[in-house]
Amino acid sequence: MENQILELQYAIDTFYFLVMGALVMWMAAGFSMLEAGLVRSKNTAEILTKNIGLFAIACTMYMIYGYDLMYGGGAFLSGISGQGETYSNASDFYFQVVFVATAMSIVSGAVAERMKLFSFFAFAVIFTTIIYPLEGSWTWGGNDVFGLYNLGDFGFYDFAGSGIVHMAGAAAAIAGVMILGPRKGKYDKDGNSKPILGANLPLATLGTFILWLGWFGFNGGSVLAMASKESADAVAMVFVNTNAAAAGGVIAALVFAKLWFGKADLTMTLNGALAGLVAITAGPDTPSAFVASLIGAVGGVIVVLSIVWFDRKLKIDDPVGAISVHGVVGLWGLLAVPLTNVDVSFSGQIVGALTIFVWVFVASLLVWLALKSLIGIRVSEEEEEDGVDISECGMEAYPEFVTK
Amino acid sequence: MKMITAYIQPKRLDSVRQVLSEIDINGVSVTEVKGFGRQKGHTELYRGAEFVVEFLPKVKLEIAITDEQVDEVIETICSSCKINGGKIGDGKIFVSSLDQVVRIRTGESGPEAL
Repeated sequence: MENQILELQYAIDTFYFLVMGALVMWMAAGFSMLEAGLVRSKNTAEILTKNIGLFAIACTMYMIYGYDLMYGGGAFLSGISGQGETYSNASDFYFQVVFVATAMSIVSGAVAERMKLFSFFAFAVIFTTIIYPLEGSWTWGGNDVFGLYNLGDFGFYDFAGSGIVHMAGAAAAIAGVMILGPRKGKYDKDGNSKPILGANLPLATLGTFILWLGWFGFNGGSVLAMASKESADAVAMVFVNTNAAAAGGVIAALVFAKLWFGKADLTMTLNGALAGLVAITAGPDTPSAFVASLIGAVGGVIVVLSIVWFDRKLKIDDPVGAISVHGVVGLWGLLAVPLTNVDVSFSGQIVGALTIFVWVFVASLLVWLALKSLIGIRVSEEEEEDGVDISECGMEAYPEFVTK
Repeated sequence: MKMITAYIQPKRLDSVRQVLSEIDINGVSVTEVKGFGRQKGHTELYRGAEFVVEFLPKVKLEIAITDEQVDEVIETICSSCKINGGKIGDGKIFVSSLDQVVRIRTGESGPEAL
């Protein structure tokens, strides 16, 4: 009888893990729609190709080597068949692999509308095989950082990946944008920022809602268990807090934009939702729902300030605001954990954040530079003006629309 | 005969169509156009940044009429296209003389072909 109950627990935990992983997989659709909505229509087919391509590359490369680097188990998943302790080993791989794809998706929006498609895919191969899995091995994998120190000793804590997934993706993105440069026409000759309008705000809104839904899997699944009273309670709290933080982010960004700009800026409001979600991801398990919504709300204000700051002051051209949403707010998420979790220290969070950022940023910078000198990473000026749909994909996303 | 070319706000197209048919105008050509006049575009907001939309959408009407209809047509277009007692961007009407008109089906020409 007892054995049967244990087997049932095992089945429920595995089942829960797989369903949560499937929800995270759906975030790929959310990123695709968000990015397709925020680029110009002449670059839509290319950004969609990029999104589905990077997802497949992430899944394949993580299976070949990335998972082994992060958690062990052998290349090509040779050692993961069969039974785990409380859930199936294969379900663990499945849940982890969709996180890699999420980190990689963050990069694609920031470099949109001007990067060569296959240079991006080449970067995706290296990011998902080595760059992400290595920092993942230092954090969730528990390994020493280059044999020097262990983040666990500093009390570093990142529940579902504000830093490990989101800030890491943003660090790779900012390195890419620095090498790539802004889109043509983004800054005038005096260096003033010119807005380049997204083509389809309904798609961007749909993408945001899909990400919001997928995030329940991202954070909820990271409890890693469901089949006991304690873990069921924990999962429920994580769901409640994830939702509360997103709502807090929306309200804060909406009101802040209205006060600052005089209008209810939709794209800022959408980024507010994502900022709330990124902010709570490092610690959705300890705050009360109200505190979670405050953590999300601070993220919502930070993201508005950060997007304007990157755009106008630093001249970093990030078409979808990914660096601010995932990077700056990801850092806020890490720093917010000690506010509600007494086992976590600010210093540990800072050491962890620095370790992740420096590694991903420097490694990415080197890879982008190598790609630039080997095959080039930017399309020609003329191709950029015509839109990368034609130059990279040979097709238009909306062939029956009259273009401006 | 005269050719009336009027540039109006797109949102007033339906009401102009209605009042023109009430005064017996038998044909209007409509084109969607963009342009700027004294208003020089207007500003919109994107991610907190104001930007100028340089060319505003307008609708161009072309109406061929007899000399006697000119005043009435101008008055009709003005009254239906003036927004809230007259605002910048309401539009403009050009009147030019029309040398000849031919109805292809019957070969009629001149005012009978209008």
